[in-house]
Amino acid sequence: MMAVHTSVFAAWLAGFTPVGFHAPWQRFNVDAGEWTTVAKSLGEGAGDLLALWGEADAVHMAVRAPPADPCVISLAVAPALASPASPLPALHPHAGEGREAANGGGKGSGCFPSVGRFHPPAIRLERAIRDLYGHMPLNALDSRAWLDHGQWGLDAPLGARISRPRRDPADYEFQTVHGHGLHQIPVGPVHAGIIEPGHFRFTANGETVARLEERLGYVHKGVDALLTGAALAKAARIVARISGDSTVAFSFAFSLAVEAALGIEAPPRAAVLRGVMAELERVANHLGDIGAICNDAAFALIHAHCGIFRERVLAASDLAFGHRLMMDRIVPGGVACDIAADGGVAVLAALDEIAPRFDEIVALYDDTPSLQDRTCATGRVAGDLVKRWAAGGHVGRASGRDFDARRDLAYPPYRGLSFTVPLYTAGDVDARLRVRIDEVRSSIGMIRDWLADLPSGPLVAPLPQAAGPREGIAITEAFRGDALAWLRLDADGSVARCHLRDASWFQWPLLEAAIENNIVADFPLCNKSFNCSYSGHDL
Amino acid sequence: MRTLLLKSLFARPATIGPPDADDAALDELGGALAARGRRLLGRSLTIREVDAGSCNGCELEIHALNNSVYDIERFGLRFAASPRHADVLLVTGPVTHNMKVALERTYAATPDPKWVVAVGDCGCGCGVFEGSYAVAGAVDKVIPVDLHIRGCPPRPIDLLRGLIALVDKATANDEALHSAASR
Repeated sequence: MMAVHTSVFAAWLAGFTPVGFHAPWQRFNVDAGEWTTVAKSLGEGAGDLLALWGEADAVHMAVRAPPADPCVISLAVAPALASPASPLPALHPHAGEGREAANGGGKGSGCFPSVGRFHPPAIRLERAIRDLYGHMPLNALDSRAWLDHGQWGLDAPLGARISRPRRDPADYEFQTVHGHGLHQIPVGPVHAGIIEPGHFRFTANGETVARLEERLGYVHKGVDALLTGAALAKAARIVARISGDSTVAFSFAFSLAVEAALGIEAPPRAAVLRGVMAELERVANHLGDIGAICNDAAFALIHAHCGIFRERVLAASDLAFGHRLMMDRIVPGGVACDIAADGGVAVLAALDEIAPRFDEIVALYDDTPSLQDRTCATGRVAGDLVKRWAAGGHVGRASGRDFDARRDLAYPPYRGLSFTVPLYTAGDVDARLRVRIDEVRSSIGMIRDWLADLPSGPLVAPLPQAAGPREGIAITEAFRGDALAWLRLDADGSVARCHLRDASWFQWPLLEAAIENNIVADFPLCNKSFNCSYSGHDL
Repeated sequence: MRTLLLKSLFARPATIGPPDADDAALDELGGALAARGRRLLGRSLTIREVDAGSCNGCELEIHALNNSVYDIERFGLRFAASPRHADVLLVTGPVTHNMKVALERTYAATPDPKWVVAVGDCGCGCGVFEGSYAVAGAVDKVIPVDLHIRGCPPRPIDLLRGLIALVDKATANDEALHSAASR
């Protein structure tokens, strides 16, 4: 079970026999030894971990080792050891109680070799698998629950479903920090701003943060369970509500995955309209973030202007597509509605109004050293960390990770499109802001080009009947990074299993690194420069 | 920066209104709210927003109330960082089991008199998350709700409209209270 050398990892993966129907990339069944070999190789930098998720009898991981295509590695879980002498870490102090109730359920829980043991980015993912399915990661480094706060009334809701009395949600063992003069600052889950809930535990020495530990899962809504067995239309509506700010990107990824599984492509007009919506979403979110980052450095002027720009984009999106956030507009097969007759004109007018004024605001940022004093060298993330975590979006591109799903895993309408992916190496708040500034400009250009020459034709391709279980996977570039959708469709067209992975999974842990040795007062600035999703992460 | 400030000084306000035939609704709402709000609590109503399980869509639109276009503060409504300073809890949902205790504690921390507004289809019902093991229910299953503002997500203008309705209701309660006391 040695790691496979980086140079031959892709070739080694390609040596497996693909299983079932899985498109556009392949899926391989491996044994426990091979699974661990993959984990070790990832740990040594042979490839990127894209996702790690479970189902009733298996665990899957999506891996990318360029130049090869991404692939999915699957392992059937082994039966869990039930003896009291089991070396497995206990689920929590009362694990084992209520085990009787499981016997009628039929679905058991298994175990699999830990990936996080060799490749730390997998740690939270496998904690989530254990919380949802009860599959135990063997020899895992962290045995604490992640999404399960002891409030569901049952363990392993997608696995054995063992009933269990609710416990105090505050009962969570944060990592201990030792040293002189340290104090703790607990923040959340209800935050001071109008933002999503999560808990941040700061250990500070005076003003300086010695350690930040996050606790998430507060907005866990059981999405994986809701999607299991859902009809396609219902599933699409749920997917559009994974994370409101990325509703277009997730609907886009989900639809591409469905289309891949069914072996179809959206018609050209639908593909371009999808691109328009995805870039409008990116522009609106980036504008909001640029303003909010400056506001967290107490520079309200940029925030005020960016707020107006964002409002203009949302109003134009509403006019063009009938919804300010463009929810439920991208559906499997194409788009749910055409662009309104005067929609293109409205969008172009909004962009024409914003573009020159945005340049003025950027010039103001460049000419204000007191603002840059707050953003430059604040919240640095090292290049090797973003590489190891395969962090996408502005978090990755501000620290030298040159990846953009639109270019590197190109999908329509980005296929064959040439555009510049901004890349910075400073890894600080300033660099993450500048990635956004560059992307706003590049997205405005794309939207203008597309709207100038919209292909005509149908808006949706009919979905064929699947002749059996079919699997699809897709990755789109959301405003905060790559959004992954994997699914298996049943022959009747319903969703047998679907998993969505937000870019935040690989960005949240880096926020803990970014704030280290910064002052507590700079946390809002760092946090906003990441702008990770809570809902998209907690699912 | 000076040039920009100077330009802004002479530019038309970005804020919707003063009255404009097309946008009369917002302006009308604003005027009504100012008068009623003043009668009730001087001229201000302070709001604490609580995300109890939302997808963040509602938060984006609630956020928009603060921008220069909707400028909620001109109506005497403002957002506070703590429930201890709030008259109104604006709660988005569905309330997840993992947020239930936090929501109950936030409600307990808000001083009386207080009002609760459930925002969004998920806060008012459970939306697409109905029936999940992880969802405790709509906001009114967990704390008493005075007003529901539906929408997925509700537009900022709908939120403003809803807050007017709240002031109406709060004023009615207040008057009922006064007349009861005088009897």
